[in-house]
Amino acid sequence: MKRAQADVLIVGGGFMGAATAFFLRRRGKSVILLERQLIGQQASGTNFGNVRRQGRLLAQLPLANRSREIWLRMPELIGHDAEFLMSGHLRVCYRSEQADMFETYAREAKHYNLDLEMLHGDALRKRFPFIGPEVLAGSYAPIDGHANPRLAAPAFGRAAAKLGAQIFENTDIVSVEKEGNEFRATSADGRTFHAPVLLITAGAWGSTLSEQFGEPVPIAVHGPQMAVTEPVPYSIAPAVGVSSPQIAEVVYFRQVARGNIVIGGCARGPAFLDARRAKVLPHSTLLQFRQAQRVAPALRRLNIIRVWSGVEGYMPDDRPIMGASGTTSGLFYAFGFCGHGFQLGPGVGDTMAELIDTGATSTPIEPFDIRRFAAFRPPAGSSQSAQQSVPAT
Amino acid sequence: MGEPRIVIVGAGPAGVRCAQTLLAAGLRPTLIDEGRRDGGQIYRRQPDGFTRPYAKLYGTEALRAQDLHETFTRLRAQIDYRPQTLAWNIWDKKLHIVRDGHASALDYDALILCPGATDRLIPVKGWQFAGTYSLGAAQIALKSQACSIGRRVVFMGTGPLLYLVASQYVQAGAKVAAVLDTSAAGARLRALPKLLARFDVLRKGSALVGALKRAGVQMYNGIEPVEIVGTPDEGVSAVCFRTASGKIEQIDCDAIGMGYHLRPETQLADLARCAFRFDTLTRQWLPQIDELGRSSVPGVYLAGDGVRVLGADGAENAGRLAAHAALIDLGRGAQAAVLDALKREQRRMDRFREGLAQAFEWPAQQAAKLPDETMVCRCEGITAGELRRVIHDEGAQEANRAKALSRVGMGRCQGRYCGHAAAEIIADAARVPLEQVGRLRGQAPVKPLAIATVEETE
Repeated sequence: MKRAQADVLIVGGGFMGAATAFFLRRRGKSVILLERQLIGQQASGTNFGNVRRQGRLLAQLPLANRSREIWLRMPELIGHDAEFLMSGHLRVCYRSEQADMFETYAREAKHYNLDLEMLHGDALRKRFPFIGPEVLAGSYAPIDGHANPRLAAPAFGRAAAKLGAQIFENTDIVSVEKEGNEFRATSADGRTFHAPVLLITAGAWGSTLSEQFGEPVPIAVHGPQMAVTEPVPYSIAPAVGVSSPQIAEVVYFRQVARGNIVIGGCARGPAFLDARRAKVLPHSTLLQFRQAQRVAPALRRLNIIRVWSGVEGYMPDDRPIMGASGTTSGLFYAFGFCGHGFQLGPGVGDTMAELIDTGATSTPIEPFDIRRFAAFRPPAGSSQSAQQSVPAT
Repeated sequence: MGEPRIVIVGAGPAGVRCAQTLLAAGLRPTLIDEGRRDGGQIYRRQPDGFTRPYAKLYGTEALRAQDLHETFTRLRAQIDYRPQTLAWNIWDKKLHIVRDGHASALDYDALILCPGATDRLIPVKGWQFAGTYSLGAAQIALKSQACSIGRRVVFMGTGPLLYLVASQYVQAGAKVAAVLDTSAAGARLRALPKLLARFDVLRKGSALVGALKRAGVQMYNGIEPVEIVGTPDEGVSAVCFRTASGKIEQIDCDAIGMGYHLRPETQLADLARCAFRFDTLTRQWLPQIDELGRSSVPGVYLAGDGVRVLGADGAENAGRLAAHAALIDLGRGAQAAVLDALKREQRRMDRFREGLAQAFEWPAQQAAKLPDETMVCRCEGITAGELRRVIHDEGAQEANRAKALSRVGMGRCQGRYCGHAAAEIIADAARVPLEQVGRLRGQAPVKPLAIATVEETE
């Protein structure tokens, strides 16, 4: 059996794992990054691609701000921009209660250097002529934007490898354990990986690993419902999303520089941990059609050419698991980003590397501590890692 | 519970014979078809008001075409026939369809997919210029609209369709400047033992080649395409190729029809989650089927050129077989003697298929070695060089990863046109076996779907 050793072992090669590996290397730590498939294949590679801060939980804004700084510096840091377009983010709504919430949020977010511009009715349509008559108001974040999830995590992975991180793809870790002062991860084909520090960044699969250290968390597994149109002339600059208490109304879309319009939202689809698959339900696609036309009626003239999904992990309080373990020293977590981890990716990597290197973070992450679920026990007989199978078609 | 719900997709030779067999057993299937009329591609019917006789439209296959059409005419009132309907997705034992902008879902107990095939293509420098068609498209223009794709046409590629379409053009009075075949002249000789499995077809094929020669069409074997010469404004003006002896030649033309035999349309089988296996003979991934056409997914059957390219006769036989398979699985039995005869016939067809694959070999090396400046993915405008870059610089070794990083296969055709050639490029550049490159995952919608589509509520 081959033995591999490093300062830090990272299990899970999504955006969080790849970015942490990169920033740990910059701090001089040796790193082994283990990924069951390919870097950034699941939630990291299949999400909508929002690089937005507005609408986030206020407690998450310091982390989002830290991440934003890195997004701007990505070409110089990793030699790739992941097609980041700082073209603005527009949140829109159909009801006055929602518009009032926009106002409140804008006031509170100001303390976190988030400058939001409120636009109503015709003023909104004058500024963004594609917006339809049903939309009541909008909250505009001029320096948010969007990027390409297919490219971001692999680019961080390559940059980490270039700095000397050892990346093992197609390496399925079946057990993680601590012996004395050292963690050991064992792959399905019998290889072992060793380090005094272990970081679990396994996304939707995070709890199946944290459980092995007595810290299961109530993670729910879903797939984003994505679709993309054929390319058309570039005319929609901001990423646009509906804010509504009814999830069926929550459609979002963005136009990439090449011209295609990516559409998501309105529903979450089924996802299957063991099969490593998630499905876009046909109804979700058709629902998005209806909702997208409410926001931008001109979209009705386009066709979609493809849909996709991936496996995402959601926590019941809509906050990720991030920070040190409550049971095991040297163990850290960053997973369960509830479908909104893409913007945070670089910031999470930088913060986790700081935490692992120095024992503290300059950005507050207490609200994401795993110990908030310390009382959680998986329902008897149905462990989190229980077999799940995809239904026959 | 009432009658079993059986849905057939595709009203070509396989789908029609399948429906006929089911109806004879007392079942009333639903038949979904994208086309305006029955017949599929091979026996495509001309639009209303066109009056060309069968002999003119279908040549040596006139009687078979007529029989299939007449069979369908007799069936039509007894089945649930839905033309101009796209099957765009499959989930949870429902086939999702759209017709006239309205989407609905069909429950099924048995789903029999007969979606046919499209041209298997290899990019060539300049193939994005106007005037470049697939062989299938060239044939459709002629069959459906009685139009030629140009005034002076070159056909290039390999496979039986190359000669069939060329001779159909000659017969229709179009000017065919040349037929350029990438397969070597000797390959057909070597394939002869297998091709003899269908002596009648072999004879018809030889007659086609003879007729082309008599008509004075220039014929080349063992060529390598170099370039379709043209401009974005003026379109195609010539085709440049290397002869078997290594000489560069150029033939003037204003249109070119290309194809390298056919590839099954497998997206629906993929969405139904059928297992695929790598076919070393034709170097592509094909859905797995048993002798009768059962896929790996219970209740899903595959027949016709949409699963193995056997041609129209083989498709008719496979359609009947798949119907019997469904009947057996639904507890309706089948006559052993009938089944044995159909299976025997299918084996003969399959032997001939192997012969064709050998005679008209997929020129894998030509695809693998396409020059960097050749546009591989026309939908997304991605060159062979860009595809190689994500392999060499970004570590992609697998088809879906190369797609994610380069966009090859990400456009509206979802890799139907460029996917096979792209896989050869990836395998060659990454120095891995083609099988290891995998296949592009099929994603809904099977064809572009209008956002204006309205979901019908039940």
